[in-house]
Amino acid sequence: MKYLSKLHKILDSGQFAVTAEIGPPKHASVEGVKHHAHMMKDYVDATNITDCQTAIVRISSIATGVHVLGCGIEPIVQMTCRDRNRIAMQADILGAYCLGMRNMLCLSGDHQKFGNHPTSKNVYDVDSMQLIQSLRRMRDDKVFFSGEEIKEQEPRFFIGAVANPFADPFEYRIDRLEKKVEAGAQFIQTQCIFDMERFERFMEKVRERGIDQRVHILAGLTPLKSWRAAKYMQSNVSGMIVPDSIVERLKSAEDPKKEGVDLCIEQIKYVKEKVKGVHGVHVMAIAWEEIVPEIVERSGLYPRPQVDPSELE
Amino acid sequence: MIIAQQKPLKDIAALISDCKKVLLVGCAGCVTVCLAGGEKETEIMASSLRMMREVEGKPLQTVTYTATRQCDPEYIPPMDEMVKDVDAIISLACGVGVQYMAERYTDKWLIPALDTKFIGGSTVHGEWVEKCGLCGECILHKTGGICPIIRCSKSILNGPCGGSQYGKCEISKDVDCAWQLIYDKMKALGKLDKLMEIQPPKDWSKSRDGGPRKAVREDVMIG
Repeated sequence: MKYLSKLHKILDSGQFAVTAEIGPPKHASVEGVKHHAHMMKDYVDATNITDCQTAIVRISSIATGVHVLGCGIEPIVQMTCRDRNRIAMQADILGAYCLGMRNMLCLSGDHQKFGNHPTSKNVYDVDSMQLIQSLRRMRDDKVFFSGEEIKEQEPRFFIGAVANPFADPFEYRIDRLEKKVEAGAQFIQTQCIFDMERFERFMEKVRERGIDQRVHILAGLTPLKSWRAAKYMQSNVSGMIVPDSIVERLKSAEDPKKEGVDLCIEQIKYVKEKVKGVHGVHVMAIAWEEIVPEIVERSGLYPRPQVDPSELE
Repeated sequence: MIIAQQKPLKDIAALISDCKKVLLVGCAGCVTVCLAGGEKETEIMASSLRMMREVEGKPLQTVTYTATRQCDPEYIPPMDEMVKDVDAIISLACGVGVQYMAERYTDKWLIPALDTKFIGGSTVHGEWVEKCGLCGECILHKTGGICPIIRCSKSILNGPCGGSQYGKCEISKDVDCAWQLIYDKMKALGKLDKLMEIQPPKDWSKSRDGGPRKAVREDVMIG
């Protein structure tokens, strides 16, 4: 069997995957991106490239992905439904594929209210569920969203989606995950996990329904730099749960950054060893990309598996 | 009904600063019910504008009239005489009424006194909320009678997104998550299985994206 991407091969062969995240800059230079990519290169299997996260204008995820790919890391292009209609989305799907992108993560996108253009118009022509399904149909049925045939090369992406065990209604989060798998999602990255107890309850229900057998779930983990960062997420980010114990732990730490890293490593080891059904971790070191190698190494996840390019499509 | 709200009076006054006589036209339809442009509001606006101009030493003459419905051409002609000597017409109707007025009185400058907001209803006296997105193809039977097109800030058809928490939308703690409401209703109806069906991309050509829409009923046409 040929795999769609390196990440696809690593996950399908049962190896514990490691992905990270690179946020494109708010200007037209990719020097910082390249620096982070070179630094992470040997420590992750693939890296997400965010798509104007928190609705702030940045270099596009696909353009950034080209540079990241050039640095030797497989990109996971994020595509939100906020800014493009189905015509623009498909143009970018075809474009991303012809530029060498092989993983795509489909998500709704943060509301524009949070960004630097709060007076803009949002699009949401299709939602994330429809994007997943349509991306799968482009690949498997060789048709555009409209059903029209793609006569030549179809875009063949390894399709990802997100799940947020910390949003409500809790019970429906498992249904919605299953719905995404039905739509065509092959891997799932979760929202940042701080409330491990809730994540374990979520995974228990996921396993009861056998969803972990049908999709690769990567646990999202974020190293915190300070108790203020923890507090901010706790009170200002909807769909996030940060227990007080974490805020307190960072508050009383002599070296909060080190404590944040230690905590993240503990969490990675925990989900890997204790939480069945987790097939990898997604390390979201927000504006702290340079810490990723240390986290991966100290979590015992280095070196990363090699994939022979001949195994890929 | 259509919900509209008055523009700030000083903005309207600025628009007619060089006029000596204006006609203010209210509407007895939706904008009367939402207390924005009925007979009462029209009279108050006329007297407020007159007072402002009196203070400035540039008196303004006003004529007022309230049409049964400005969105219906048959109620416009009674104003033909009134508009003759005015410098401008201020319409306190929704955007539809303003346009019917502008269509009939082609040589008159039309000023909208209201911002037409949405279609919705009232919650308590003095508060109105948006309920329908006018998408042209109703799906309320699939969503427990709660419209995700307009009540979900992302118009998601397969919600809720990851920003729903404690029943509220990510955009504000004051905004209910429509999909939480839909979930609760479908659960109460014993129809959660319906939410597992993937709703396909919507046909927006039936909405405003198809250009100005027209609804035709040949069976009720005369002649």
